[in-house]
Amino acid sequence: MADTGAYDGMLAEVTKIPGHGGHWISVYFVRPLGPGPFPGVVWLHHMPGWDEWTKEAARKLAYHGFMVAAPDLYCRAGTGAPEDVAAKVRAEGGVPDDQVVGDAAACRDFLRALPQSNGKVGVTGTCSGGRHAYLAACRERFDACVDLWGGGVVMRPEDLTEKRPVAPIDYTKDLSCPLLGLFGEEDRAPSPEQVREHEEELKKYGKTYEFHMYAGAGHGFFYHDRPAAYRAEAAVDGWRKVLDFFHRHLG
Amino acid sequence: MCTNILIHARLEGAGFGRKGWFPVTRANVTYDHPLHLDLEHAVTVDFVDEAGGLEARIGVELTVASARELAEALLAACAEAEAYETGAAQPR
Repeated sequence: MADTGAYDGMLAEVTKIPGHGGHWISVYFVRPLGPGPFPGVVWLHHMPGWDEWTKEAARKLAYHGFMVAAPDLYCRAGTGAPEDVAAKVRAEGGVPDDQVVGDAAACRDFLRALPQSNGKVGVTGTCSGGRHAYLAACRERFDACVDLWGGGVVMRPEDLTEKRPVAPIDYTKDLSCPLLGLFGEEDRAPSPEQVREHEEELKKYGKTYEFHMYAGAGHGFFYHDRPAAYRAEAAVDGWRKVLDFFHRHLG
Repeated sequence: MCTNILIHARLEGAGFGRKGWFPVTRANVTYDHPLHLDLEHAVTVDFVDEAGGLEARIGVELTVASARELAEALLAACAEAEAYETGAAQPR
């Protein structure tokens, strides 16, 4: 709980760490000031790229006591305006799943190695980042995962590509941590049917999860910079659930 | 890449971008999350020079209806251009 009498500060900066394959990647790193110990969260950005909203979300988590590493998953495509970088990656059909999982694991290790770390690290993201977070939590060890309307967890065989060779749902038996999923009832990627299919798979393997489906919300209901997508009530409730979940499992 | 709708068109032309003229060698056409337009999905068209770096890009984001109107205008212009070039065009 916030305390008006308490010291409050944070550090927010771009740093570089070795990511997947030893490639140096840019990471937006935010942490509360102070000795900690603090839990960590890896934030995997959405399809529009390593943008202002992603950095705002990272700072929100830091305000609530988490150290956050948000890697630029597109940095191998070059540097410049986020729109130009995202357009290039989009034209190439996205980034390879293996590479994203490797970058996420590198960020986890970076956070865990910090002297302020409490040793626990979660992973999250919205949109394609929600899918990537789930994938990372299945293929690597994390302590908590939040999938925010990640499309493409359930994939048709014809949608599998060289970069995305396995549908994340097929890794469900390997999920390494508790999962929170927030979804919009009017979303089509993931659709409510796909969310139900995912849920069945989680039940099948006895995984710990909480899914919440918001009525009247579509894709991207946290995005206050997207008036058509933003749903204030769902966003307020959703953020509460994200923070509560991470505090419970990482605190 | 969230919809898997991605189509490339080989082009030969030129575009005027942020740093002046550049060769346009390809159009990347998608139906995906737009980067600016306040819609969940849009038809996006990026005119790019594949050898020209990230800034050699002119991007537009269109509603589906607008994209269809643009496509029809392009096809109509091409039909008139071909008729003009072959001498089959009627004087306006």
